[in-house]
Amino acid sequence: MASIKMRANIADGVTTIKALISHPMDTGLVKDKKTGEVIPAHYIQEVVCKHKGNTVLTANWGPAVSKNPYLSFKFSGAAAGDTVSLSWVDNKGEKDSSDVTIK
Amino acid sequence: MTSMKRRIFLKGTLATGAVGMAVSTGLLTPRTSFAAWSKAAFEAKDVSSALSSLYGASDMTSSDKISIKAPDIAENGAVVPVSVTTSIDGASSISIIADQNATPLTAEFILGPGTEGYVSTRIKMGKTANVIAVVKAGDKLYSSKKEVKVTIGGCGG
Repeated sequence: MASIKMRANIADGVTTIKALISHPMDTGLVKDKKTGEVIPAHYIQEVVCKHKGNTVLTANWGPAVSKNPYLSFKFSGAAAGDTVSLSWVDNKGEKDSSDVTIK
Repeated sequence: MTSMKRRIFLKGTLATGAVGMAVSTGLLTPRTSFAAWSKAAFEAKDVSSALSSLYGASDMTSSDKISIKAPDIAENGAVVPVSVTTSIDGASSISIIADQNATPLTAEFILGPGTEGYVSTRIKMGKTANVIAVVKAGDKLYSSKKEVKVTIGGCGG
């Protein structure tokens, strides 16, 4: 399941990560228009980005993050060619991760 | 007499039992360690209790070292791009809050040692509200806010 699209670019020693995750991010407040039943909450709770075993960023999310979440951040201390990994876990225990090489 | 005492004793154990349950399920204790998803904070209905659950305090100092990039008017509340940049030294955590949402706390970003004070994401907003960015540096909380007008809500309205 490739749910993560990620890019890592380095410029002047600062690595910029841009990631898009495919996920419904259901809040649990919306009703299905056809059946009238509430769509249960289903959203990503935690996103972790690691570089060489160090956690660069941990994002804790509530259901108010938009559908198919976008995330961008910057960090220093990496070099071109290093691998950065991003993983997420949602409230149903589903998860995915992806590795990308810094360019 | 003995039966009376037994009644009181039973009442007492029941009461402490309920409190003990609340503590053990994390309802009463503020979050002490990072990297644990705080259910209490994300389900809190107002800004100060969300911050208390998340950081253990809700006193914020407003700071001009935090800038929020968000649209003045969001046509679609389901997708509001928000970027937060801070130049505060030692910033360890950035939170994004939409103060009129049913559960205001939207996202918390815990920054690693080499991570810059910048995050960008997209959030849902139920109606026109202040987007508040809270930055934790050391033991202090700093904040800044920006009003975003929402014409179509993004939380099922």
